[in-house]
Amino acid sequence: MDRRSFVRGVAGGMALAGGQLLLPRSLLAAGLPSGALESEELFALPGKQPLIKRSFRPPNFETPVAQFSDVITPNDRFFVRWHLASIPQVDPREWRLSIGGDAASQPFELSLEQLQRDFEHAEVVAVCACSGNRRGLSDPHVFGVQWGYGAMGNARWKGVRLKDVLAKAGIGKDAVEVAFNGADSGALEATPDFVKSVPAWKAMDENTLIAWEMNGEPIPHWNGAPARIVVPGWTATYWMKQVVSIRALAQPLAGFWMSKAYRIPRGKFATVDRFTTQETAENTPITEIVVNSLITSVSDGQRVKAGAPLAVKGIAWDAGYGIRSVDVSVDGGRSWQSAQLGADPGRFSFRPWQYVFKPSRGKHVVSARATNGLGSSQTDQLIFNPAGYNNNILQRIGVEAA
Amino acid sequence: MKATQALLASAAALLACTGALADETRIRMADAPEKPVLIANCSGCHSLDYVQMNSRFIKRAGWEAEVKKMVSVMGAPVSEADAAKLVDYLTREYGVAE
Repeated sequence: MDRRSFVRGVAGGMALAGGQLLLPRSLLAAGLPSGALESEELFALPGKQPLIKRSFRPPNFETPVAQFSDVITPNDRFFVRWHLASIPQVDPREWRLSIGGDAASQPFELSLEQLQRDFEHAEVVAVCACSGNRRGLSDPHVFGVQWGYGAMGNARWKGVRLKDVLAKAGIGKDAVEVAFNGADSGALEATPDFVKSVPAWKAMDENTLIAWEMNGEPIPHWNGAPARIVVPGWTATYWMKQVVSIRALAQPLAGFWMSKAYRIPRGKFATVDRFTTQETAENTPITEIVVNSLITSVSDGQRVKAGAPLAVKGIAWDAGYGIRSVDVSVDGGRSWQSAQLGADPGRFSFRPWQYVFKPSRGKHVVSARATNGLGSSQTDQLIFNPAGYNNNILQRIGVEAA
Repeated sequence: MKATQALLASAAALLACTGALADETRIRMADAPEKPVLIANCSGCHSLDYVQMNSRFIKRAGWEAEVKKMVSVMGAPVSEADAAKLVDYLTREYGVAE
């Protein structure tokens, strides 16, 4: 069966085979490695709707593209990404958060009840996007979880400001970084624990939260219950799930997950925020989410009616400078027209947009290009890097009008 | 071998506490003489779909580097003899020629 007849076979829906859901191929990212396409399936983790399985253990599941027609990603469809296989079920009544470190003079411990009672609440709508989202589209391919477009989501997060909690712990002027540890661990003692830090100034940013609520409900287990760190504008590697320890550090954090992983070559990307205490001559930790967009209403290979209005819809986002404009091309990038921007839920959120045109008979290659408040735009050529981060290359979606 | 048994035991314990993920037993890896070596050395820490999704685009040197990373960074207790078998298997079944 070729790809097209398979698409017809499932009639744009989901087919059941042997109790498992098959993916409608039309929703898939083109260009994933063959082994990633063969091993993926729609699978529902407990409490979740079916998501695209990349790996079972540690669990790595992405959200199907069609879901992003909603600006807020529902909790039960939010992507799942873990590094280490041992993920405990944390009882919120037993959970304790310790705040300390060598640059905090008054270390203390909090229960969830105390966290919720003792500090002012804050909310933010923010995109949580894996650094390696779209890694599977890297050309040449690079090793790692072979994500398509869905290792991201947008939610309303509620919690308290990290800076308020750090102030109570007596964070000192000597603090250079703030480190987070979660309750997860590797199957082996020898496996480096997943511990991450942010610069002290980022930890003290008023938008950086310790959150327990996501879209008005408790954060799901798979997304870091009972509480996780929320770092609006920065990639999800810093958004520690199941956080149990926060330490203010007078020295930069060492360890595999800081020194080796989640790094990008210096000077290749137009991001503003720097993580100077972790920079080397060659590379630097990834920081901000690059400006990006996703087309959600049309898919590659789709057949549409010639002469009838076709709405090209999607979302755009960046690190919090705001989406200034989205331009759409329906002729493979030769000419560009302004899309209409939709309601703005906040500068860290997905922003909806749409562009309506009447396709003439024949093939049309549709692309969208978002530009943020700094004037940064998506690239039309991949900025290759060995870990496949920051992929914001323009999509090229072919539709056939007849 | 003791380490292998311990690894498999810890894998079983993990599967027990994350029930639904037992579906990974449906993952079918390429049959070859080295397959038991793969299962014994790798599946204690991660499901084997990690290998599947990273195919086919990695050359022998790439698989060598991944196996080495699992040993020297992630702490997997893989003997040199088993590491060599793993690289052969991964390159042949899930890699590309030079």
